[in-house]
Amino acid sequence: MKYRSVFDIIGPVMIGPSSSHTAGAARIGLVARQLFRKEPKWVNFHLYGSFAKTYLGHGTDVALVGGVMGFDTSDTRITKALSIANDIGLTVSFHEEEAQVEHPNTVKIHLGDDESEMELVGISIGGGKVEIKELNGFQLRLSGNHPAILVVHNDRYGAIASVSAALAQYEINIGHMEVSRKEMGKEALMVIEVDQNIEKNILDEISALDLVTQVTKIHE
Amino acid sequence: MNAMFRNAEELVTFAENEGISISEVMIRQEMEHHERSKEDIMAQMERNLAVMEKAVERGIKEQVKSVSGLTGGDGKKLFEYIQKNNTISGPFILEAVAKAMATNEVNAAMGTICATPTAGSAGVVPGTLFAVKDKLNPTREQMVRFLFTSGAFGFIVANNASISGAAGGCQAEVGSATGMAAAAIVEMAGGTPRQSSQAMAMALKGMLGLVCDPVAGLVEVPCVKRNAFGASNAMVAADMALAGIESRIPCDEVIDAMYRIGETMPFTLRETGEGGLAATPTGRKYQEKIFGSSKKKV
Repeated sequence: MKYRSVFDIIGPVMIGPSSSHTAGAARIGLVARQLFRKEPKWVNFHLYGSFAKTYLGHGTDVALVGGVMGFDTSDTRITKALSIANDIGLTVSFHEEEAQVEHPNTVKIHLGDDESEMELVGISIGGGKVEIKELNGFQLRLSGNHPAILVVHNDRYGAIASVSAALAQYEINIGHMEVSRKEMGKEALMVIEVDQNIEKNILDEISALDLVTQVTKIHE
Repeated sequence: MNAMFRNAEELVTFAENEGISISEVMIRQEMEHHERSKEDIMAQMERNLAVMEKAVERGIKEQVKSVSGLTGGDGKKLFEYIQKNNTISGPFILEAVAKAMATNEVNAAMGTICATPTAGSAGVVPGTLFAVKDKLNPTREQMVRFLFTSGAFGFIVANNASISGAAGGCQAEVGSATGMAAAAIVEMAGGTPRQSSQAMAMALKGMLGLVCDPVAGLVEVPCVKRNAFGASNAMVAADMALAGIESRIPCDEVIDAMYRIGETMPFTLRETGEGGLAATPTGRKYQEKIFGSSKKKV
């Protein structure tokens, strides 16, 4: 079943006008912000397909910037996101891309500060639901049918065991899991789909583990 | 995951066998699947209800205007017209229409709404709810239950067909919302679970084939007025079901027909802004005016 909860149907509470172009965009921005874990100083948005064609009229631009500043889909500050970004010194740019992509509502977010940067590709699949397709060049395959977390970790023994042990302690069952790395012994990524919702305290606990550098939740 | 129901027939049969309402089935399934307490789930839906109530209020009282300038103020206009007490189709049905439009106008103006099942179709369910409220005087809990009943039928459509305009046209968005609202009105008015299912079937039948052709690709024209007619259809379908009228084609087969019609609908009529009203001379003119200078092609 694609939709799991009555709140997928009656919900989300959101700033209009479009669940896919506004709420979905804010959620992709928010995932990027949560993964980066600090205020970025600059962010470039590359818009593809329908996002590139209609982003102005749908408020996709303000929703993305709002998400990157940590605003949720229902945060009314989204409408003023561009001026708020200006006030806090966040440099923002938008690029309408011509390239054909698989999904009509695709955005690539490239953001960073003086020390580090991050790149993420997300798609908005309808009704406010989103999927993350790529993170720092790692391809992700998420069904979108279950709650999922992304964990960036050091490619060392024990990292995977420590995360799965933390989940087990809260009786959270792993339905699907993928681990990928670009180079042995460097940065690696776990994508974990689970059956239960993961509360913030569990995320905090995983985030504090020795070998874990970033963690974020993708689906409710 | 063992669903209590996968289609409308299973939903109605489950409710009949247990002697409970459709909203109660939806609440129990949500509790079981997500391991949440009833209080928790009811409280979350109550928060969604409060958002809908505020959007309706704002839309009928304030002169809202969308970012593009295409829509705003029609919900308020109709609401004021009703107060003059000289309507053709009656104040009751028009109140649902006014409140549905009000919600969608607030949505277009980047106000806060609750998607039901999408943002583009967010007017029908709250529009009808806050109209029948004046007649049936429900408790707050009954109003929350209205949303669970709507949600149960929306859940069936979403999982067996589609609630996306890009996938199935407007019939999948406003059409689904119309069926969801009709079913919920029936439950609130004291009808049976089977009558709710009949209302859903008849309401959706009335919206079959409806294309998604938004001017300039925006959730405004004709979305606001499609929600208006969705709300009036929902009220009529509910009354028909309560009168004992039945759909000759069962609810699940109507949903399946909607899905297949959506699949065969041309791409230009599925939320691309390239066909239908969007492709009319005036539709093109609006598109040029809104995006003209900054866009090469929409």
